[in-house]
Amino acid sequence: MVPLDQYLLLSALLFGIGLAGVLTRRNGIIVLIGVELMLNAANLNFIAFWRHRADTGAADGLLFAMFAIGVAAAEVAVGLALIIALYRARRSVNLDEAKELKG
Amino acid sequence: MGLTFPLLATVTWLAALGAVALRRPVYAALSLVVALLGLAAIFLTLEAQFLGMVQILVYVGAVVVLVVFVIQFTRNDEVPLTGLAFRPVSLGVGIAVLVTGGLIACIAGTPEWAVKPPEGPPPGMRQIGEGLMGVYVPALEAMGVLLTVALIGAVLIAMRGRSTSLH
Amino acid sequence: MTALDQIFVNLKHAIVALLPVAWQTPGSMVISAAAIVGTFAGLFAATTWIERKGLARLQNRMGPNRVGPFGLFQPIADGLKMLTKEDIIPRQADKLAHTLAPIVAVAPVIVAYAVLPVGRNMVAVNLEAGLVFFFALGGMKEIGVFMAGWGSRNKFSLLGSMRAIAQMISYEIPLVVSTLVVVMAVGSLSLVDMVEAQTGYHAGLLARWHVFTPWGLGGFLLFLIAATAESNRSPFDLPEGESEIIAGHMLEYSGFKYALFFLGEYMGLFAISGLGITLFLGGWTAPFSFLAWVPSWLWFFGKLLCFIAFFVWLRGTMPRLRADQLMGFAWKFMLPMVLVNLLVVAFWQFTRGWEFFGAGVWRWVLGGGMFAGAAWGLARLPRVGQPTGPRVYRFAE
Repeated sequence: MVPLDQYLLLSALLFGIGLAGVLTRRNGIIVLIGVELMLNAANLNFIAFWRHRADTGAADGLLFAMFAIGVAAAEVAVGLALIIALYRARRSVNLDEAKELKG
Repeated sequence: MGLTFPLLATVTWLAALGAVALRRPVYAALSLVVALLGLAAIFLTLEAQFLGMVQILVYVGAVVVLVVFVIQFTRNDEVPLTGLAFRPVSLGVGIAVLVTGGLIACIAGTPEWAVKPPEGPPPGMRQIGEGLMGVYVPALEAMGVLLTVALIGAVLIAMRGRSTSLH
Repeated sequence: MTALDQIFVNLKHAIVALLPVAWQTPGSMVISAAAIVGTFAGLFAATTWIERKGLARLQNRMGPNRVGPFGLFQPIADGLKMLTKEDIIPRQADKLAHTLAPIVAVAPVIVAYAVLPVGRNMVAVNLEAGLVFFFALGGMKEIGVFMAGWGSRNKFSLLGSMRAIAQMISYEIPLVVSTLVVVMAVGSLSLVDMVEAQTGYHAGLLARWHVFTPWGLGGFLLFLIAATAESNRSPFDLPEGESEIIAGHMLEYSGFKYALFFLGEYMGLFAISGLGITLFLGGWTAPFSFLAWVPSWLWFFGKLLCFIAFFVWLRGTMPRLRADQLMGFAWKFMLPMVLVNLLVVAFWQFTRGWEFFGAGVWRWVLGGGMFAGAAWGLARLPRVGQPTGPRVYRFAE
C-alpha cells in the first residue's frame, strides 16, 4: 500500500495548481476548472484518510467525498450559467469585465 | 503497487497543470479530462471503486461536457486570453506556491500519522447505501435540495441574461 | 444440456489451465476481452447486412445482393473499402483532437461490455457497481464526439457535435433514472445480481422478468426511448441529420477512422440493448420454464437480435424529430415519467405484503394506473383547449 504521505503530497500539489489557476487566469471557465481541481484535491484527501484508517468498516469518508462531488456539480452548473449570463451581457467571458455591480 | 501510483500521480499532476495553464480553453478542458481520469484511477487504487466510477460519471460525463458546451457557446476561442486577473502574475503564482509549500511543510513536518495499515476488505455498496439511507439521510436530502435549487437557479440566470439582451 | 450451456466457460477454463500459473490471471482477462471484441465486432458486421436488407424490405427495394449469396459478404466488401480508402485530415483541423476522437469515442463503449452478463457465468468482471461503471463509460463517449466535432474545424461538424452532446446529456438523465427502478427493486448495482433476481418462474411457467411488472414495463419503455436517443438512432438521429448537417461530427472523417465511429455507434447500440435485456428482459434467462433447456447465451443473443430488428424497423418507419421537439420531449415528458416510475416501484415494493384475494391484480392495476395516468396527463395537459381531432398534413401545394 502506498503510504498516506504520498497521497497528501499529490493532493497538496493539485490544490496549489488549482489555486494558481484561480488567481492568475481571467477566463471565467478556466477559473471554474481551477476550483474543480481544488475540490478534487480535497476529495483525494478524504479518500486517502478513509482508506488508511484502521477501521474501514464505515463508509463515511467515501460518502463525504460523494457529497463533495454533488456540491461541485451544483457549483459548476451555477458557475457556467453565470458565465453564460456574463457573456450575454458583455460579449466576453473575461472576469475583468464583470466589475460593475449593475448589469 | 510499485510504479502504479507514481505514474498515475505524475500524469494527473501534469494534466492538472495543463488544465489551468493552457491558453486555449478547449485544450484546458481536455487536459482536465485526463487529470480527472487519473484521479479516478487513483481512487481505484485506494479501493474506492464506486467513488472512482461516480467521479468519471459526474465529472467526465457531466461537468466537463458542460464546460466544453459553454466554451463553444461563448465562442471562447475568439476571446483574447493574454491578460491575467491577478497582476502581477508572479503575485498569484507566489501565493499559490506559498500555500502549497505550507501544506507540504505540514505533511512533511508531521512525524508519524496515527494510522495503521487497513485490515479487511473495504466497505462495499451495501455499506455505502446504508450510510446514505441511514446516518447521512439529512445530508442526502440537503444535497437533493441543493441540486434542485442549483438547477432552477442556473436556468433562471441563463434565461435572464437572454431577456435583458433582448430588451 | 449444461455442457452446451457452459461450453464457452469450460473452453476458457481449459485454455487458461494450459498457461503457466503466473500468466493465468492476465490470460483469462485477455481471453475474455478477445471473446467480447470478436463476438460483438462480428455481430456488427452481421448487423450492417441485416439493417441494409431490412431497410430495403421496408422501402420495397432489394438491398445488397451482389456480393455472395443474398449479398451476405457485403460487410466484408464494405470493410475492405473502408480500410483501403485514404485517411484524410483536413489542413485546418486540430490534428491531435481529430486523430484521437475516434479512439476516445470507441474505447469506452467496448470496455463497457466487461460488466454485461451474456450468459450463465459469462461475464468478464462482476463489478459490485457494474451499472455505474456502464454509465460512467457511456458518459465518456461524449468527449470523443466533442473532440471530433471541434477538431475537424468544420461548422457542420461543430454543429453536429453540439447537437449530439446536447441530446446525449439530456437523455442520459432519463436513461439513468429509468434504470434506478431496477436498482430499487433488486437492491444491488451488480448486473449479475440483476439477472439472478429475475430467475425463477411465476406459477412455474412465466419468467419473473421485470418487464412483467407495471414499473418494469413502464421503465422498459422509457429506457428504450432514452436508449434510442442516447445511441443517436432514428428517430433521434439529429446529430447526423444528413439532410441538414451532412454527417455531423463524422463529416470530416474517412477511411479507417470513419469505420471506427461507425463501429462505435453500433457497439454502443448493442451495449445499451444488452443493458436493457439484462435489466428488464431477464438477461440470459428463458421466458418460459419449458424453454429453459436452451443455452443461456443463445437467449441473450436472440434477444439482442430482436432488439436490432426493432431498431431497424424503427429507423425504417419513423421520421426524424425536430431539435425543439427532441429537447421538449426529454425534459417535459421523459424526466417526469421516470420520476413517476420511481413512485410506482416504491408502491410495488411497499405492497409486497398484500395477502388478500386478488392482491396481485390490484397491485398491477394501481401501479399501472399510476404510470398510465401520469403519461396521459403529461401528454394531454399541455394541450388543453387544443383540438383533438386527427392531424391534417398539408404538403407544398
